[in-house]
Amino acid sequence: MSGSKILRYLGALVVLILVGLGIFVAIAWRSEIPASDPPVTSAIDPALVERGAALAAIGNCNVCHTKAGGEVFAGGLPLPTPFGTIYSTNITPDPETGIGRWSEEAFIRSMREGVDREGRHLYPAFPYDHFTKVTDDDNRALYAYLMTRKPIEAEAPDNELPFPLNIRMVLAGWKILFFKEGEYQDDATQSAEWNRGHYLADGLGHCGACHTPRNQLGAEKKDELYAGGESEGWTAYALNAASPAAVPWTVDSLTHYLSNGWEEKHGVARGPMAPVTANMMSASDGDARAIATYVVSVMGEPSPERVARGEAALQQATRHPPGIQVQAAGGQTVPVAATSEDRGAKIYAAACSSCHDAGRPVPYGGLPLNLSTATYGPTPLNPINVILYGLPAPEGERGPIMPGFQGVLDDAQVADLLSYIRANFSDEPAWADVQETVAHVRAGEEDTELRSLSSGGSAPANPTRRETSW
Amino acid sequence: MVALTVNGQSHQIEASPDTPLLYVLRDELGLNGAKYGCGLGQCGSCTVMVDGEAVFSCVTPLLLLEGREVTTVEGLGTIENPGPMQQAFIEEQAAQCGYCIPGMMMRAQALLQSNPGASDEEIRAHMEPNLCRCGTHMRIMAAIKRAGSLMQTAANGAAPSGATERAG
Amino acid sequence: MNHVTVPPVTRRSVLFGSGALVLAFSLRPAFAQTITSPGGETQNFQEVELEAPELPGSLKMTPQLDSWIRVDADGSTTVFTGKAELGQGIKTALLQIGAEELKVPFESLKLIGPDTSLSPNEGYTAGSHSVQDSGTAIRHAAAQVREILIGEAARRFNLAADTLKAEAGAVIAPDGRSVSYRDLIAAELINVQAQPTSKLTDTAAFTEMGKPRQRIDIPAKVTGGAAYVQDMRPEGMVHGRVVRPPSPGARLTALDASSVEAMPGVLRVVRDGSFIGVLAEREWVAINAMRTLSSLAQWQESATLPGMDDLPAKLMALPMEDGIVIDDQKVVSPASTHEATFTKPYQMHGSIGPSCAVAVLNEGVTTVWTHTQGVYPDQQAIAEMLRVPVEQVRCIHTEGSGCYGHNAADDAAADAALLAQALPGRPVKLQWMREQEHSWEPYSPGMVTQVRAGLDANGNIVDWDYGVWSNSHNYRPGPAGNLLPAQYLERGFEQQQAELKITIEGNGDRNSNPIYAFPSRHVVWHFLKETPLRVSALRGLGAYMNVFSLENFMDDLAGVAKADPVEFRLRHLTDERARDVVTRAAEMFGWKAGQQAPQNHGYGFAFARYKNLAAYCAVAMEVKVEPETGRVRMIRASAAVDAGEIVNPSGIANQVQGGIIQSASWTLYENVTFNDTRITSVDWSTYPIMRFDALPDVIDVDIIPRPGTAFLGAGECSQGPGGAALANAITNATGNRIYDLPLTREKIRQAASAA
Repeated sequence: MSGSKILRYLGALVVLILVGLGIFVAIAWRSEIPASDPPVTSAIDPALVERGAALAAIGNCNVCHTKAGGEVFAGGLPLPTPFGTIYSTNITPDPETGIGRWSEEAFIRSMREGVDREGRHLYPAFPYDHFTKVTDDDNRALYAYLMTRKPIEAEAPDNELPFPLNIRMVLAGWKILFFKEGEYQDDATQSAEWNRGHYLADGLGHCGACHTPRNQLGAEKKDELYAGGESEGWTAYALNAASPAAVPWTVDSLTHYLSNGWEEKHGVARGPMAPVTANMMSASDGDARAIATYVVSVMGEPSPERVARGEAALQQATRHPPGIQVQAAGGQTVPVAATSEDRGAKIYAAACSSCHDAGRPVPYGGLPLNLSTATYGPTPLNPINVILYGLPAPEGERGPIMPGFQGVLDDAQVADLLSYIRANFSDEPAWADVQETVAHVRAGEEDTELRSLSSGGSAPANPTRRETSW
Repeated sequence: MVALTVNGQSHQIEASPDTPLLYVLRDELGLNGAKYGCGLGQCGSCTVMVDGEAVFSCVTPLLLLEGREVTTVEGLGTIENPGPMQQAFIEEQAAQCGYCIPGMMMRAQALLQSNPGASDEEIRAHMEPNLCRCGTHMRIMAAIKRAGSLMQTAANGAAPSGATERAG
Repeated sequence: MNHVTVPPVTRRSVLFGSGALVLAFSLRPAFAQTITSPGGETQNFQEVELEAPELPGSLKMTPQLDSWIRVDADGSTTVFTGKAELGQGIKTALLQIGAEELKVPFESLKLIGPDTSLSPNEGYTAGSHSVQDSGTAIRHAAAQVREILIGEAARRFNLAADTLKAEAGAVIAPDGRSVSYRDLIAAELINVQAQPTSKLTDTAAFTEMGKPRQRIDIPAKVTGGAAYVQDMRPEGMVHGRVVRPPSPGARLTALDASSVEAMPGVLRVVRDGSFIGVLAEREWVAINAMRTLSSLAQWQESATLPGMDDLPAKLMALPMEDGIVIDDQKVVSPASTHEATFTKPYQMHGSIGPSCAVAVLNEGVTTVWTHTQGVYPDQQAIAEMLRVPVEQVRCIHTEGSGCYGHNAADDAAADAALLAQALPGRPVKLQWMREQEHSWEPYSPGMVTQVRAGLDANGNIVDWDYGVWSNSHNYRPGPAGNLLPAQYLERGFEQQQAELKITIEGNGDRNSNPIYAFPSRHVVWHFLKETPLRVSALRGLGAYMNVFSLENFMDDLAGVAKADPVEFRLRHLTDERARDVVTRAAEMFGWKAGQQAPQNHGYGFAFARYKNLAAYCAVAMEVKVEPETGRVRMIRASAAVDAGEIVNPSGIANQVQGGIIQSASWTLYENVTFNDTRITSVDWSTYPIMRFDALPDVIDVDIIPRPGTAFLGAGECSQGPGGAALANAITNATGNRIYDLPLTREKIRQAASAA
């Protein structure tokens, strides 16, 4: 080929690339919405603010946008991602460091399109792939709520991302591949309550952000919705037909869990779910039930085998005084203590049984482990977190307290204990690499911030089941 | 028969393996520091250190302690020769009924051993599992800070710094 | 504490035996008469005989000098007290007083008591009376003993007594001659009664009193020394546990204890009616036996509790009797009237260490080591329960964890005494479990208060009408029926019905009569005769709630009058010392009229004189409220206290700080929960209290010195103002007042979002 032809082809290639980039930038570029003065808070309708508060509770805005020891909504919380650490921003109405100069239009655009006021693309750590579903009306309420918070001057640290991810324009590409913009559309074949639940769960609730697995580029796998995921060092269990719960969830039980943070046949919310359920206290009861309705429908009708297995687990949920030998019943439990040479059995009998077999009702008593979803889950991550660090006491509110055992159980002992629990209390195959995972957690490689059951919630004063007498 | 070390001394303890360490310390070994407050891991009166980590001795069964090193408040010094933590608590008069105090001291010791310059926020967060009903918290905070300062100057070999600010 | 001797002696024979001091002088004035006095909290609000009413402090009941002071033949000196160390530091304070007036080195002086065989009967250690009553008695007795010794030395030196002085356990003459107390002791022993006045050391000359001397008990407590009844390990000791019923109304119907009796190491299972106890050589065995017995026991339960719905209305519907606290109503024409109703739930002592006692039956005498607040009343009650003469019971106070009033200490003592009968000669250490302490201790009663006030056109209060609905806060033994185990025995005892008594110190009506100067007032205690839940005295009794109510309401009225809260209070305070603490606290805090706290922050102020008789305390506080979560954090507090003559300023500051934090916990979090049958707040997960996360950065305490004045009890003075200042600060932050305790996060969140 002649030199000029090569040049011509190269030229055409360059033009193509430039045109491609041009098209890309044209698609990706977003205009800046001019800064506006903060709205006069007294002119904002209090009813709108109240609605916004309830919606913000479902969206869990305060959870990401508040750092430990920091002011609410002032940002600065580090979010570890596989790509680097992203810091949440200040969404108080501070004019300089917060969103005080954002107009309502800018706010709605950020929720709908994932673009900030200046036109920069936002990292999907801010789950606009869910928030895009939120209606304009609801966004207005959220805007009203946020604009009436106390302005805090706080600059979030810079994100720690490698090149080229630190160039926001790149996100436009991600959006082209994975982001579908648009308000929620009702499914006419479903009830109003189901639709409400779908709208909340997939929208503000962004449940899939934790409960759906992600691909290599960090996007949720659309064909594996609610198949389970991980969040901040905790397993977010599958909410579809693969739900590992021993007793299948019902709308009633899931509503109770969401509204209270615990459920007697399933467990206690203790990782990132703790503030979610705590925030649900501020939402209406109807909303919790709507979400539960939707999620249970995603789980689908449990098979007769699953139902029978759940019933068997309930029968065996032990109700006997602590320290007493657990009697074998059927195949699922074996006698605890001295007769077994299993190190895990001995540890369980000595350290765990006195609370977990005491018969004291959840949430204050130890959950019978054959009912705990964690016993059946795909990885031992959650039980490891709880065994090592316990459940801290809520601040000034009733709630379960569990001591942590990191000081007395070494990695091998935790592994033995977990193997025993898995084998004795579930019918699932043994977990793999338990000891490695324990070491991993203990080394702080997982960011397992243990939360107590608190932040606006309160376990009930009068559990319906009776307590032990001594 | 479980072999463990308590305050530097080896012991062979003959007791049922599920006996909580608290009763081993108090009954088998006659040590007074660790106290029964709840037996449920909720209040911290029983706090001791095992291999340098603060634990609730009331929920730590003997069988887990094979070959481990337990430290109680008696291991921090004596009445004739108090260690820095004890010295600090005496100087700050950080006790009312005093029942929770040994647990507080052991909990604090575990923190200060690795971080003698711990900040107020760090101390508060670390001490959260321990309860005090008399409301002596302010003096306990002051004593812990004082202990940290005493430990730091001891490590540096310098003379201890002046008294910390105290309320009242 | 490994060896226990239980000498079958009386105090007097001990004194005889050791050839102790003669207290050489004399006699009460002729025609002095024993009178009967109504009795305050320390006497269980029972009438008490005052042998010598003209004498100061507890000398009224125990006028003999040698009841209080002893000097042995070897020169060692001892002070006796009937007041117990509860963690308030009185062991040290009383020794300071004794050393000061007796003029002996502090380190050489010993303290004995309370012990029914050895110490004066000072009733209960309650109501902040320890320094006021015992301290006063010891001060005067020590001073008079010193003067007697000086007089004896004067006789020997043939010098005038006023030329001699006492110092460091000796009397010194101007020419340098000295004679030690040891050598002044005469062989004869004469009982002498105290005189009404004494030559007290001038404040300016204090070497002991007024100094922040370090507490004598702390070194042992931080080095693992034996300090508590829990640390006793007498020879032959066994461990005891009691199985309590599942609910207050329950009765035991069946128990087959044979499997537990057969457990290795179990010595005895005791059953008497619905009372079940177990004794074992080892503690862990006793605990397991208790748990097993608990699972085997069958109970008949009945719904005896009211349940928590609508509790204030239920309380107000109980049979009641009105007691007029003060009726000084004038005809006034207020420009406006305002009213408010406040409610408080049942709250608990929540002692960090559940109650414990050691008891042994030896040769017909049951000796009990107990952290009760009252060894003498407990002795009576236990003797009545055991159906033996009172001389066959001896109670010796030994420290437990802080009790803050009538907790389960007396019940644990009774349990131990009962179990000791089953194994004569073997000391029984009876330890309550956490759940038992939470479920069975006597609570602070639920209360309702209603206040109505009239303001004139200038915003001054012209009329005050106050009513408080409350049980008696006093169900102490006393009678055996007020001991918990006695109620469940086969031949059981009934809890005694409390009677309405309007006393100077107050009970449920404590501090219901404001110390402010109002032209017209009417205060009534709607005394509730029935006790749906077991109740008794919690630190402050009615004062916490009454001060809470009136100080919250004062802020409401200040708001109506558009006045600054501090200035508004000063407007109505004529008591100079009250004005001083108010002004001082405001000054410490930096309180400025018209001040504006930053957004979500609030400033609050409150004041009270405990019982209108004891210490004065004013508290100013800053809080931060998170409207989204309802979380409250105290930022800082300033407290000014006037406790009269200061004995140990560090001790006072400790109590004031502790009271502010404890009452903050009551105010924000605490609430005993129950259904219609059972108590459901049985541990710290169901009854949370303050932890380190909610602490303020600083609590400053300033004690105003009042040299030469009477001691004023300070142990409870900050509970009322602390809680009220906190509530006033929260109200300032949120703009809305909450009238129902506790101020939970849910309530605060709603108050913050309400218009």
